[in-house]
This record gives sequence, C-alpha cells and structure tokens, in this order.
Amino acid sequence: MFQGFAILSLITFIPLLTALLLVLMSRMSRGDGKTQIEANAPRVALVATLAVFGLSILMVMNFDTSTADYQFYEEMDWLGGGIKYRMGVDGISVLFIVLTTFLTPLCVIASAKTVKTRMLEYMVAFLVLETLMIGVFCALDMVLFYIFFEAVLLPMFIIIGVWGGANKVYAAYKFFLYTLLGSVLMLAAMLWLYHYSGVVGTPTTDIRELSKMDIPAGAQTWLWLAFFASFAVKMPMWPVHTWLPDAHVQAPTAGSVILAGILLKLGGYGFIRFSIPMFPDASLHFAPLVFWLSVIGIIYTSLVAYRQEDMKKLIAYSSVAHMGFVTMGIFALNMQGMQGAIFQMISHGIVSGALFFAVGIIYDRMHTREIAFYGGIVKYMPMYAAVFMLFTMANVGLPGTSGFVGEILTMVGAYQVNPWIAFGAAFGMILSAVYALHLYREVIFGEVTNDKLIDIKDMTKSEIVIMAPLAIMTIVLGVYPSLITDITAVSVDALLADVAAKLAGN
Amino acid sequence: MLYKIILFAPLIGALIAGLFGRRIGDKLAQSVTTGLLVLSAVLSWVAFVKVGYGHEHYEINLFRWIDVGGFQANWALKIDTLTAVMLVVVNSVSALVHIYSWGYMKDDPGKARFFSYLSYFTFAMLVLVTSNNFIQLFFGWEGVGVASYLLIGFWYKKPSANAAAIKAFVTNRVGDVGLALGIFTIFLVFDSVNFDTVFAHVHDKQDMVLPFLGMDFSAMELIAGLLFIGAMGKSAQFVLHVWLPDAMEGPTPVSALIHAATMVTAGVFLVCRAAPIYDAAPHVAGFVTVLGAFTAFFAATIGLVQNDIKRVIAYSTCSQLGYMFFAAGLGAYNAAMFHLFTHAFFKALLFLCAGSVIHALHHEQDMRKMGGTFKLIPITYILMIIGTLALTGVGIPGTSIGFAGFFSKDAIIEAAYAAGAAGNNAPAVFAFWAGLIAAGMTSFYSWRLIFMTFHGRYRGNLETLKHAHESPMVMLVPLILLSVGAVLAGGIMFAKFMGVDAGAFWNGIMPGVGGGHEVAEVTHGVAVESAHGVETSHEAASGGHHDFPTWVLWAPFAVTLGGFILAWLMYMWRDGVQKRVNAEGGMIYKFLLNKWYIDELYEATIVRGTRRLGDLFWKIGDVKIIDGLGPNGFAAMAMAGGRKLSKFQSGYLFQYALVMLIGVVALLGYISMNVGG
Repeated sequence: MFQGFAILSLITFIPLLTALLLVLMSRMSRGDGKTQIEANAPRVALVATLAVFGLSILMVMNFDTSTADYQFYEEMDWLGGGIKYRMGVDGISVLFIVLTTFLTPLCVIASAKTVKTRMLEYMVAFLVLETLMIGVFCALDMVLFYIFFEAVLLPMFIIIGVWGGANKVYAAYKFFLYTLLGSVLMLAAMLWLYHYSGVVGTPTTDIRELSKMDIPAGAQTWLWLAFFASFAVKMPMWPVHTWLPDAHVQAPTAGSVILAGILLKLGGYGFIRFSIPMFPDASLHFAPLVFWLSVIGIIYTSLVAYRQEDMKKLIAYSSVAHMGFVTMGIFALNMQGMQGAIFQMISHGIVSGALFFAVGIIYDRMHTREIAFYGGIVKYMPMYAAVFMLFTMANVGLPGTSGFVGEILTMVGAYQVNPWIAFGAAFGMILSAVYALHLYREVIFGEVTNDKLIDIKDMTKSEIVIMAPLAIMTIVLGVYPSLITDITAVSVDALLADVAAKLAGN
Repeated sequence: MLYKIILFAPLIGALIAGLFGRRIGDKLAQSVTTGLLVLSAVLSWVAFVKVGYGHEHYEINLFRWIDVGGFQANWALKIDTLTAVMLVVVNSVSALVHIYSWGYMKDDPGKARFFSYLSYFTFAMLVLVTSNNFIQLFFGWEGVGVASYLLIGFWYKKPSANAAAIKAFVTNRVGDVGLALGIFTIFLVFDSVNFDTVFAHVHDKQDMVLPFLGMDFSAMELIAGLLFIGAMGKSAQFVLHVWLPDAMEGPTPVSALIHAATMVTAGVFLVCRAAPIYDAAPHVAGFVTVLGAFTAFFAATIGLVQNDIKRVIAYSTCSQLGYMFFAAGLGAYNAAMFHLFTHAFFKALLFLCAGSVIHALHHEQDMRKMGGTFKLIPITYILMIIGTLALTGVGIPGTSIGFAGFFSKDAIIEAAYAAGAAGNNAPAVFAFWAGLIAAGMTSFYSWRLIFMTFHGRYRGNLETLKHAHESPMVMLVPLILLSVGAVLAGGIMFAKFMGVDAGAFWNGIMPGVGGGHEVAEVTHGVAVESAHGVETSHEAASGGHHDFPTWVLWAPFAVTLGGFILAWLMYMWRDGVQKRVNAEGGMIYKFLLNKWYIDELYEATIVRGTRRLGDLFWKIGDVKIIDGLGPNGFAAMAMAGGRKLSKFQSGYLFQYALVMLIGVVALLGYISMNVGG
C-alpha cells in the first residue's frame, strides 16, 4: 500500500512541521491573533498527533509480520561519504513508534488544561519531541540515529527547565551530567565503527551493513562498553539511575509520562539494535555483568521505592526496577528473554505512563505529591480509586494485565541461562507488591484525616478520556499479548539466529 | 457451552456489578451477581454428574494467550474429575455465600462493590481449577490473591483491615515466587507448561539432575519443592501461615468462602493436580507430609486458646489444610481431595454460623463477651453444633454412620497409619501421631467455642443482648443447605472418592489413585485400597475401614471424645468460662495465645529489615554514595575550580547542545576526511 510513499518520513515529520507552522503563525500575528493562536495551540497539536497516530496504525496494519526485513524503507542521498538518509522499521522498532504516537496525544490532552504558562511553546516542545522520538526508532543510518538519539533530550530539558518544579535546574543538570559521558563514548565508538567499515569494505553508516560486519572480539569489548555507557544511563540501570527520580519529580505530568513511557526505552532499543547484533561476543561476555546489575537494580530500587515519601519518586524508582527486567531479558539472548524485554518496555510505557497521569490528576487538585498528605480519597474519588487500582496491579505484574507478560517472559528467559538471576528477579515480584500496595493504601484507603481532601472531585471527562485507552490496552495486552509478540517474533528470531551464527563462527 | 457458562457467568456478574453498580443500584447488582452464581452452581452439579458418573472429560481451547518461542499457554478449559470436584465446591459455597451476604451485608453502603468482588473471586478461582497449563493456573492463583486482598481490605477505613490485606497479598507473593520458579523449571525440563505434556513425560525425566542455586537437585524434586512453596503460601502452611488469621478482618462471608472453603485449598488442589510429579519426588513428598502434619498440630495448639471466634475457626482451617497436605504427601491424593470436599461444607457452615452470631451480637467477635446465647439464636446454635460434629469427625468407627468429617479425616489418619505400618516411613509415623493429637485438640477448641459462645452466663454488654436476634431467613437457608452437606457429604461420596467407585471416578488422573495400575511404594493405605478398588470392589464395599487394627479405627474417636470431655470440664463445669477468663494463664498459655510469637519474629526481622534496607539504600546508597561521588561530586569539583555553580547550572542546556554539536561536527568531519583520503 505504501509503495513509493514515504510513510515513515510522514509520520516522523508531521509533528515537526506542525510545530514550525505554529511558531510561524504566532510570529506573524500580533495582539489578539497571537493570543488566539496560543489558545488554539493544544487543539492544533492534538489534531496533528492524532493524525500521526492514525497513520502509524495504518502502517502497522500494513506491516508484514512474516519477514525480518526492514519495511517501508526510504533512502535519500544526504551528507555523502556513505551517510544517507535511511529510514525503515522491523518488528523490533515498529511498536515503539506506535507507543510514541499513542502516548503523545494523551499528553497533549492532559496538558491542555493544566499548563498555565507559554502554552504555545509547550506544545511546540512536545511536537518536536515526538518527531525526534519517532526518528530514533525509524533511523537506519548511524548518523541519523545519533542525531535523533541525542537531540531528543533537548526538548526534554526545556520541558523540565521551563515548566518544571522548584528544583528543576538541579534535576536537569544532573540528567545532563549523566548523559554527557555516555554520549561522548558512544560517539567515539561510532567513529571507530565507521572507520572499520571502510577497512573491511566500503565505508558506510548503514546500520544494516554495520550489523553484518565481523568485528574482532578485542575491539568488540571496548565498543560494547562505550555503547553501554550511553544506553545504561538512558535505561537507567543501577547504579547510574539517580538522575531519574529527580527528573521525574521536577518534570510536569506530561513530561514524566514521555520520560517514563518513551525515553527510558531508548536504552533498551539501543541494546537490541546496536550492542547485540554488532558485538555479539562482547554481549555474551558481559551478559553476567548486565544480569547482576539488573538484579541488584531490581531489588535495590524496589526497596528504595518502598521508602519514598513523594508519589512520583516512588513510581520513578519502580520504573528503574521494571527496566531491570528489560536488561535482564535482552541479555538472556533467547526468544523468551528478548521478546519479553520488548513486551515489558511497551507495557511499562503504558502502565507507568498511566501511573504518572494518575499522580498528575491529584496533583492538579492539591498541588502536592506528598504521600502523607493524602489518605482515604476513595470516598470522594471512587472511579479514580478503581483506575488507580488497575494500574497498581499492572505495576505489580498481576496476570491478566500487561505487566505480567513481560516479567514472566524475561524471567523464563533468564532462568534458562542462570537460575540465580531469575531467582533474584523473582524477589522483585514480592517487593513490587510491597511498595505498590503501600502507596495505594496510604493514598486511597483509610479514613480521610486531612480536611483539605474533603470533597476532592473525581475524574473529569478529559481525564477519563486519557485513562480509558491506557486501561483498555493494559488489559487487552494482558489477555492477548500475541498482539505484540506476533509482530516482534520473526525479527527477534532472525536477530538471535544472526547472533548465534556469528558466535558459532568464532 | 455448559462449561463456558459455568466459567464466565461469575465474570459477567462481577463486571456488571463492578462497572455499573452505582448506576443500576445495589438491589440489581446483588440480584445479577447472585443469580448468575446460582446458575453457575447448578450447572456445576450437572457437570459433576457428567464427569464423575458419566466419566466424560473435556479440553476446550478458547484462544491463544502467551506464545513465545515454544513457551506456550492457551486460555483453555480442562474438565476432569479433579476439576469437577472443585467446580462443585467453589460454585456451591460461592452461591450460598452470595445469598447469605444479602442478609449479612444489608446495611453496608458498598454492597455492589462487595458482590462484584465476590463474583470476581469466584471467576478467578474457576480459572485456576479449569486450567490446562501452569500459566493459566498462575493467573487464577494470583487472581484469587487479588480478590482476597480486596475483600480482606473491604472495610478500607480500618487500618487493621488494610494491614491484613497487604500482609495476605505479600505473604502469598512469597509463595508465588516459589510457584513461578517451579513453572520456569518445568519449562526448562519439559519444554512445555501444559499439564498433559508435562505429566506424560515425568517418567522420562525422572533421573534428570539440575543445578539450582549452586546445588544439584533431582529435577522432579526441585519442581515439586518449588511448587509446594507456592502451595504453602496460598494454603497458609507453617512459615507462610501468618496471613490467614489476620485475614479475618474481612467480612465473615468472605472468610467462609475464600479463607475456608475455596482459595486456601488451592494449594492442595495444586499438589493433587501435579500428583505425577510428586509421585516422582519422594523426598519432597515426605517433606509435604511432615510440614502438613506439623501445621495440623501447630495451628491446633494456637486454636486452643484464641478468644476471637473467627480466629479460632481460622486456625482450625489452617490445621485442617495441614491434614489435606499430609494426605497428599503420602500419596493418598483422593483422601486429600475428599477432605477438601467435605471440609468446604462444614467449615463454610461454621464460619457463616459464626457470622450469624456476630450479626446477632452487633459485631462482637470476642467470645469472652458472649455466653448463654443459645436461647436467643437457637437455629444458629443447632447448625453450629452440626458443623462442629462434622469438623470433629463424629461417627461410629467400623460402620458407615457418621458426619462428613468422620469419613474424610479418619481416612487420612488411617492412610498415615498404613503408610507408617508398612515400615521405613518416618514422615508417615510422625503424621499419624500429629494428626491424632491434632484431632483431639480440634475437638477441644471446637467445643470450647460452642461452650463459650452459647452456654454459661452472658458476659457481654447487656444493651447488646437486648437487641440480639436470630438471623433472617436469607442467612439461615444457606446455613441449612450447608449443614445438609456437612451431614451427608462424607457418607454419600465415600464410595466415589475413596471406595468401590474410586477407580472409575478418578479415572487415572492421580497416580496410585483409582488408576488400577502401579501404586506408589509409600502408600499402602486408603489409596491402595481404592487403587485396587475396581478389582476388589466387593471387599471394599463394606466401607473400607476393616483392614486396620481396631485401636487405629477407634483412636480418632477416643481423642475426639477426650477433647470434648476436657472442654466440658474446663468450660462448662462449675461456670468454668468465667474462671478461665479471669485466670492469668501460664507460660505455655501465653506462648500459644501469642501464636508462638511468629508474627513478632517476622516483624523484628523481615519487616523491619526491609524498611531499614530501603532507607539504607536510599539515604546512604543513592544520596551519599552514588550522588555524592557522581553528579554532586562533579559539581563540587566545578565549584572548587572557581566556577560559580549557579552559572554552571544555568548554562547546562547550551553546554549540552554545544557538546552535541561538536560531536556531530567531529563525526562528519572525520567521515568527510576519510572519504577525502
């Protein structure tokens, strides 16, 4: 259907074009016109993001799940020297695009009523952010990938820095410091890769070609570490995770949703796209390291989550724990582990996104996220309590919700490689119940002891509009996960076969 | 279709009441859920007849669930005798509890929510028992856990209820970790998680050895052991039993349904379902026997001294579950299931009767403040006596006359004796004596409960007494129906579960039971009898008790009588209750009253340890070490270098952009240089 039709570029750049349009129109108008454009910005952004969502759904419906080849491929001459504008998706990346286009309109809706200042700029930032995020998952050229991958943080910095909380500068700065080192190392590794491609053949930045290269095991080691430095921070893995809670606490609601929902997946995606296929020997070599960091991360951050006093921090720490399952699954290097990791990322995008929206709902009413402030609000917000319960249970990994599938698959995958690791991760199952139910009990149950909470209003219509699709997806994916695993299966299978062939070759 | 209706009717009810409860009103929500459950219960009996008498069995695939690289589990319905028994138990008790709750929860503002939870629980339990694979079983397993959590914490304003709900969920999760690891091991060994495939290959894998946590295990022993950890959690066996007594914070109908008749028996069901594996794991089976027997004894000792009417029954449940486990561990799976079956009726009856008492006395649960109430609530009194007779297993040894518990509990004790007598089976000998002593204690605490509640002088608030009243018919009718079960369930079903028809009834689902073929070495008791039931049907027809020495047959009877007499002497004779209530109690009494101080032990170690560790990791690990050495350390260095921190911070964005720009330029420059060269 999309033969010769640049569907990926369209999906990627519609948000950016819309953003440009908004800026231009605002610049060109004055007075009333300007305010009008500012007031209409959310609506424009919503239309654009919904259109992108619709297109991405169309794309998935036309996605051929029987092949591991990249589809909807686009190529254009760009910078010369083997660097081209290459876009394409396979079973591994296609769903992340849908996740992005699914969450962004919800963020726009959520922000339309809650953002008080600079609405136009806010919407522009989100639209640019969406383009960059989609771009990361579409890019098949290393340079293009690098640009998207690094640039994605800029609008996020701005969102935290301009619309964030009291301590936003510290948070953004911490985020920056962490990311900096990884970026520099990854860049160096990319340079080497390009150089090496010239040594063994034609110099290229084509990710597909680079994945086919046989890189000497010695070089793989430091290349792997360089990429690891960047991806581990993005995940984030223990012990380079401390930027995340601060960033979440300071970010506005929609910023947190995107941060947890999409940006945390960039690291995992990077591992699958670069580290595993390009450096299989090193991946195998370092797998135990990743395992142990994952398991320590799961247990450590779950325990820390339990002791948090700020709702967002609690959920942020729980995100780190959930990402531990992802890294564990990826480096199990088997079907269950890898598919489970992808599933876990998608599921976490939905569930943690929903949890951050949920925190936003009461934050908008009370302007605090302090757990101790709340208690007993089920009395006034029964619908909210029910929705929050659903996502709490998904966070706990209850079977029947999407949270379960990813956890169980990654653990099954890891168990086949190292029972100790699965054993440790399984403790995360207990601890997630501890912190999640603790949060629920303190906020939702009990007597209303705080007078300020009396008559706190239940969810509004627009809040229901946001939560309903998330709730539905949580259950649908929990009951019928094949919706995802059927799409990812062939690509993951091919990836693992390639890796096995390369490993056998040495 | 029949089975789909049985399974989904409760779910539909739960959804209607849960989603539209407020719109359609309490009455309609109640009616819909109850109506659908009654339908489901009636159909369950139809299914029971078809499967148990018509020897049909089905496997219905609904649709794909998880299917990743050979790790495959479908949503499916597996209907065999084991499932049919559970269907009847679950749906019958659930339907009656639904009806009973009309009266019990009459004045509660959250009725729609309550009925929705009850129906949801039933659905999850049905998914558990109809599963054809371990993953779907896990769905049901955790689903009932959530339902239990929601229902224990139903009165969400009570801090104690919330705490109990979380305790139940978390303790169960500990068990679930074991179950999950067991399932992973099953997949590793068998490449499948489907019951039929797994059980068919147990024989091939019997000698397989697996490394696990630095040790080598026989694969079957490892699987059996891990699955049993799950069973210990759900069925509140020693070590993981602590949540069950606290679960009594939930409304009483919940205690009857979930924490007596159905959910807590899921562990027993699991062991029986996985019987082929346990049969190939003699060491773990021995452990199951010992732990079950110990729990039977241990919980009974605590039950002796508790003053909360529901807690007495809760410990009794814990103890009775112990019986079921030690029977299963001995390979007498049919005896375990039989006791599960009869226990469901009389324990639900006892709980609901207790609920009736509590209802009558304005939510008083402390037996020290009861007494002399039998005149006020005579029907409840009589029904509770029936429940007690069934629980204590009253009957005439050597004949087929007796209450339900007489058949099932004695069958278990005799199985233990037989296995022990066969020699070289220490767990069986232990189980026999522990079971016997526990039977005596069961009798004591049950009659103590009756005497303290209904006899003697009233010791509570007189105002409460004035308003005391017998429960309405909507509560009494379910009680009467359950009491019919408590009287007849044992006698009528003995032949099927244990006796002449056992071979055909069980249809070879559980090794050594009714299959007519190979019998596990350890079991020469009841299981053997029924295994050969088909061939030796004429001998077994007379009741099956006659192979044992007379003293074994009469021993349970004697200790039961002994328990009754002791209870009577202590609590009835010369106004004993008052004296007991006033008495200080010695060391042993305090030890038992405080439940062997196990909660205190857990609180001091695990609970506090978790909090401390969390704080340590957070305030020292994250803040001091990671941040201190990492980002904040950098900042300090930057300050030391003479730069103003604030300036540095405000410039972060541009610096970042700059670094990135430099990166891109470097990358492109390098590439173009390369191309040029």
